[in-house]
This record gives sequence, structure tokens and C-alpha cells, in this order.
Amino acid sequence: MLRSVDLDVYYGAIHALKKLSIEVEQGTIVTLIGANGAGKTTTLKTISGLLRPRNGSIVYKNTELTKVAPEKIVEMGISQVPEGRRVFASMSVLENLEMGAYLRKDKKAMADDMENVFTRFPRLKERRKQMAGTLSGGEQQMLAIGRALMARPQLLLMDEPSMGLAPLLVKEIFEIIKDINEKGTTILLVEQNAHMALSIAHKAYVIETGEIVLHGEAKDLMNSEEVKSAYLGG
Amino acid sequence: MLEFTQQIVNGLSLGAIYALIALGYTMVYGIIKLINFAHGDIMMVGAFVGYFSLTLLGTNIMVAMVTAMIACAVLGVIIEKVAYRPLRNSTRIAALITAIGVSLFLEYITIFLLGPSQKVFPESAFPIKAYDLAGLSVLNKDIFVVVSAVVLMLILQYIIKWTKTGKAMRAVSLDQEAAVLMGISVDKTISITFAIGSALAAAAGVMYGVYYSTVNPLMGIIPGLKAFVAAVLGGIGIIPGAMVGGFLMGLLETMVSGYGSSLYRDAVAFGVLILILLIKPTGLFGKDTGEKV
Ligand SMILES: Nc1ncnc2c1ncn2[C@@H]1O[C@H](COP(=O)(O)OP(=O)(O)O)[C@@H](O)[C@H]1O
Ligand SMILES: [Mg+2]
Repeated sequence: MLRSVDLDVYYGAIHALKKLSIEVEQGTIVTLIGANGAGKTTTLKTISGLLRPRNGSIVYKNTELTKVAPEKIVEMGISQVPEGRRVFASMSVLENLEMGAYLRKDKKAMADDMENVFTRFPRLKERRKQMAGTLSGGEQQMLAIGRALMARPQLLLMDEPSMGLAPLLVKEIFEIIKDINEKGTTILLVEQNAHMALSIAHKAYVIETGEIVLHGEAKDLMNSEEVKSAYLGG
Repeated sequence: MLEFTQQIVNGLSLGAIYALIALGYTMVYGIIKLINFAHGDIMMVGAFVGYFSLTLLGTNIMVAMVTAMIACAVLGVIIEKVAYRPLRNSTRIAALITAIGVSLFLEYITIFLLGPSQKVFPESAFPIKAYDLAGLSVLNKDIFVVVSAVVLMLILQYIIKWTKTGKAMRAVSLDQEAAVLMGISVDKTISITFAIGSALAAAAGVMYGVYYSTVNPLMGIIPGLKAFVAAVLGGIGIIPGAMVGGFLMGLLETMVSGYGSSLYRDAVAFGVLILILLIKPTGLFGKDTGEKV
């Protein structure tokens, strides 16, 4: 579905991604794990078109993405739940969800999707008139996910959805990610929480200072000595 | 008491004009963090378009105002595209200097084309009538200015609160990158913001022409400056703040000229503003610092 080949991304002189190649197969959950500063967010921003690679290509369903405008990339079916949630703080929950569906015109189906988001996250329904900035961290994460789902993405990019959440909530979020995938959305999940990510993913990549150092089936990586010592706390 | 009420009536029209100009400052600042110093000059261009619409085309005042609004909306979009967009990722000071350049350009190109002298707004376009309301003298031009300004502000509020475009404008000003991830075109949204802000300034320009009966190429400077201060007073970037700030500015100014001397009008008005900002630096409607980003 999506394949990046030899991506080189720079921030000025900083070489943030080095010949990065990953592949996401339709219908799967692929996780990209790595320490803080490894280049995970940079990878997702490059796929979404917020950053442009100096070299390399990203092919999504036979289209080269690196020249496509970011809003067109959303239109093509790729949505992102950005790092730190990035909800529109002084807009209501409802307005945030509407923004997620900004490019859609199918009013009827949008209303259905809104209902689906509210069924999935009843807390958001209760708080739909409330400003997003007044929600708790977990609720904001749910809103960020719901907002991305409102675009009806085929590929959902998620940047550290468990960041800063209590363990119980983390578990809930991962259950939700699994469920979204089972309902047909392909997911590229970026995480520092390697254990949780590997437990729900099909395939996994490990990134270190901008390079993929390991990849394979998620359950194989879970048992690999290198991953255990570096990311799973022994 | 009657005297006081009369001053308020007088101050309202001036305040409405300042408020309309202040809105453009605050909307542009909200979305690209630029103090558009050319904004007062856009108001001047609007006043001239209105003037020529009345004199050359012989339209009525409403048509003149709409014509000026459309012309300035286009002008605002062009200015943003040509002058500000190429600098979007450069330093703020570079953009600010460019804005001052655009301001001088508009002033002196107008002087070059039309000459430096002032032109008299045709009185036939708006014959002045005075009404007596329970002892208060109310001019029809006051009613015209305040009513049109309030209608425009209501339309603006409607756009921003309820339309998809307005929501996109808010989203872009809150978090540009997140807005892009929603599929919102930042360029288009910024263009729309300039169009709306400039149209409001043009309306203010025509009102100013009606109010003071003259237009000239440098007429935008002082009201532009006062509207800018009004926007800061209300809390720059905050739309209701600009409205309240504008009215407050107009009222203050008329009170000082009414009770003191028009000589001290600007000094006292600005003094009070400095005082308010010393007490509340983020402006009347501004959120206090410590706000999470
Ligand atoms: N805006 C930026 N300007 C300069 N360097 C950046 C910027 N954003 C990220 N970096 C650098 O790029 C590298 C990768 O960052 P990032 O993709 O955010 O890592 P991760 O998401 O894995 O924590 C880091 O070394 C970081 O310091
Ligand atoms: Mg990151």
C-alpha cells in the first residue's frame, strides 16, 4: 500500500532520515519503534507531506507522494494523529471532528462517521460542546484519533498515541488501535512504548538515529535479544 | 447626563470605524503573526474607490461601499501573495519592514496618481439630516456608520463561528501544521483572511469619507495607528477584543475632546491605553501567560 525507498530528510545540516525504506502492506498494523530523537516523527511528517525528502521516494497506491500537496495526500486517504495530539484547543470537540472531515462533501456519511466516533468514544459525545483544550490528556488523544477517523482514512499514521497517558489508558488506546485496524484501516504506528506496539503489530521496524536497524515480523522482534535489551528493558 | 450621552453617541461612530479597521489587524495577526502596517492604507484605498464610485460612476453610497470592499479584498489578496507570502518563513522583522514598505508604496502611488490634495466626498451622496431623540441630536451619518458597522461585524461573526471557511481560519490560526493534516489549504485560508480584513477596512474607509467628508492619500495613517492600538488593547489576535477595543478607542477620544481639549485627545487616549496595557499586557480579552502552547 505504501512504500518508502531510500528517504533522506534533512533539517538544515541535520541528516534526520538516512536512506529510510519501509513498507506498509494493506490491512496490517506496522509499527516503527525507536528512542526519542530517532526520526519517527520525521518519517510520518515526510509521508504526510509536511517535510520533503532530499532524495528517495514514497509510493502510495502507485502514486509518488513526495511531490503531492499535503492536503491532496489527505484526500488520497492518508490521515495522521500527530504527536502531542494537537487538537484545536479553543474549538469545540464537535468542531474538531468537523475539521477532520474538512475535505469531505458526503454529508450523510459524515454524520454516520460522527455517530461512529461517538459510539467508540462516549466521553466525546458527552463533551461535544466543550472546548478541546479543557479535555483531559486521554480524552484529547481520543479526540485526535476520532478527528483523524472523520477523514475515513485508508492509511492511518499514528505518532506516539500512548505518550503521557496512564497505563490503564494506554491499554485502552491500544485496544482501540487494534479495533480500528480490524475494521479495515491500515495503520502505521510510531511508538516508544515498544512492548505494547509490538504486541498489536504485524510487522515492525526499529529506527536508530535516522536509520532502520532491524525489521521483521512483530512477534519475532519481540523475542529478539537486541530489541529486548534496547527497548523492552532487558 | 444628556451631555455625556451625547458624547457616547458621537464616540460610537468613530469607534465603529476603528473597530472595523482593528478587525483586519487582529485577523491577519491571528493567522500569520504579522502586524500588517499597510492595513490603514488599504482603508485609504477603499475610501478612494468609494469616492470614485460616487463621483465617476454616480452610484449610491451602499453600492460605493460594496465596490470598495470588493476592490480592497482583491488588493489585500494581491498584497499578501506578492509581498508577504514569499517571506512567510523568514524573520518577523523582515515581514514587518516589508509591511511598512507596502504602506509607503500605497500612500505614494496614490499621491503620484491622484495628487496629494484632499478630495471632498460629494455631499449629495449622503445629505446630512439631524434627528432629535429625547434631547439627543443624532445625525443620519452616525446611524449609517454604526448600523453598517454592526451589520458587517455580525456577518463576520457568523462566518467565523459557523461556516466551514471560518472554522478553517480558526484552525489555521490555532495550529497551522495540524490544520494542514486536516487537508486545509493554509495559503487559501490566509488569502481569505486578507480578503475579509481588507474588505472591512474598505468599508471603514467609505464610512470615514462620509463622516469627515474628505479623503486624501495619507488619511489611513492615523486611524490605522489608532485601530492597531485598539486591536492590541483588546488583545491582538482576538476578534471580539478588536471590536471592543475599537469602540473603546473611539469613545475615549470623543470624551477627551468633549470634556477636555481636542488638542490632548490623542495623548490622553494613548495614555489610558498604555495604562490598561501596563495592568493587563495581553489586552482586555487576552489570555494571561502560562497558557499551554
Ligand atoms: N524542526 C527541527 N529542526 C531541527 N532538527 C529537528 C527538528 N525536528 C526534529 N529534529 C531532529 O531530527 C531528529 C529526529 O527527530 P524526530 O523525528 O522528532 O524524532 P522522534 O520522533 O523519533 O523522537 C532529532 O535529532 C531531532 O533533534
Ligand atoms: Mg517524535
